[in-house]
Amino acid sequence: MIDIVLLTLLLVVAIAIIRMKDLFAVVMLSGIYGLLSASFFVAMDAVDVAFTEAAVGAGISTLLMLVVITMTGRNENTTRHKPFPALVLVVITGSLLIYGTLDMPYFGSADAPVHSHVAPRYINDSMQEIGIPNIVTSILASYRAFDTFGELVVIFTAGIGVLALLSSVRRPIDGDKIVCINYSMHEQHLVVRIVTKMLIPFILLFALYVQFHGDFGPGGGFQAGVIFAAAIILYAMLFGLSTARIVINQPFIQLIAATGVLLYGSVGLVSLLNGGNFFDYNFLSNDPLSGQHLGILLIELGVGCTVASVMIIIFFNFADYRERQQSHENEQNQESS
Amino acid sequence: MLIGLFNNWIVVMLMMIGLYIVIAHGNLIKKIIGLTLFQTSVFIFYISMAKVVGGTAPILADDIIQYSNPLPHVLILTAIVVGIATIALALSLVIRIKAAYGSIEEEDIQRQDNQIKADKKERKQA
Repeated sequence: MIDIVLLTLLLVVAIAIIRMKDLFAVVMLSGIYGLLSASFFVAMDAVDVAFTEAAVGAGISTLLMLVVITMTGRNENTTRHKPFPALVLVVITGSLLIYGTLDMPYFGSADAPVHSHVAPRYINDSMQEIGIPNIVTSILASYRAFDTFGELVVIFTAGIGVLALLSSVRRPIDGDKIVCINYSMHEQHLVVRIVTKMLIPFILLFALYVQFHGDFGPGGGFQAGVIFAAAIILYAMLFGLSTARIVINQPFIQLIAATGVLLYGSVGLVSLLNGGNFFDYNFLSNDPLSGQHLGILLIELGVGCTVASVMIIIFFNFADYRERQQSHENEQNQESS
Repeated sequence: MLIGLFNNWIVVMLMMIGLYIVIAHGNLIKKIIGLTLFQTSVFIFYISMAKVVGGTAPILADDIIQYSNPLPHVLILTAIVVGIATIALALSLVIRIKAAYGSIEEEDIQRQDNQIKADKKERKQA
């Protein structure tokens, strides 16, 4: 019942996104869309996925898009090209897809083909072979560790791409330090600043909890990395980018991003060197079960490091580019006047 | 059949709304959001396929007999994270396009590109 309500709400939000022209409202609606999807995933028993979607889809994605629309403009152009051909194409494709779904198994049926072959083996055998309660973590980190390695490298590549597109060599200016100590952009937001300063340690602690308890409940490296990055980004938003740059050293963060990927790959290489396959954790220690636990711990640590650093890198580069753009405009205005 | 296939039909509708936004809207940020809509509808498709009526979350506990299928959950976890990576890269490309062309409307960018091409042709002929 609740999933029907949530899906209908999702449809309403999606139609509202089409109709609105104010990009700020559209980005906020996409954040709501992410939150509704996360609630839907909880209703579907996909707790790990809901965690990740709430952190990533409703949190980081909305934040990054808001930073971008401060630079690119808030309103969409009012004239659009003729929507009729697009509408026809979409209706035809949609009706063909719906015709395709008529053969599919009904929602929730236990004898659907997806529940045969590999999934019962994971559910039944993962306790003896790996020994951790969270089946999703054991599939992600052990049975399908190679796919997760590819995913980690994709995130790392996105971080490199953002660095390549948006970063520039900064000359450290002495004025920076003096500016940030004397001037806090949000002096009037006293309540927010004080509450945030109290909350940030707890957010970081929660991120570490999610990282290390991913074996026993929903959680793991990705969710923990995003929550950790969210705490740092919160600090940067409230106390200014220059203050945050003193607290969080940028080259150090870039080093951590690369170290995470290196750690993950090294675990696979050590298994190779010990005589097993790539990412075969049974060979990491004397008995297979503790080898699996060690392997999962190390790779989740690698994932957490890289995801947190890449999210921080992306946010800092977006915000830095905006600051540079604004200071260029201020210089041009001063020159012309 | 309506209740049994309701999830799939909603997924198809969300997917088509996302596709429509990508095709019919000129603003690049709106297109990226349309792509996000499309992506999330595929996630909903996989996750509702994984649900088993009477099952619970796939975390092993002593007194539970029926679990929902954990394999699509793993695939979608990867997909969500890869999705945010591509969105971040797409957004940084939009920032650079804005700096280069002065606008993120598809028609303005197209017009400026055609203008550059026409100027090049004129200069070659002259």
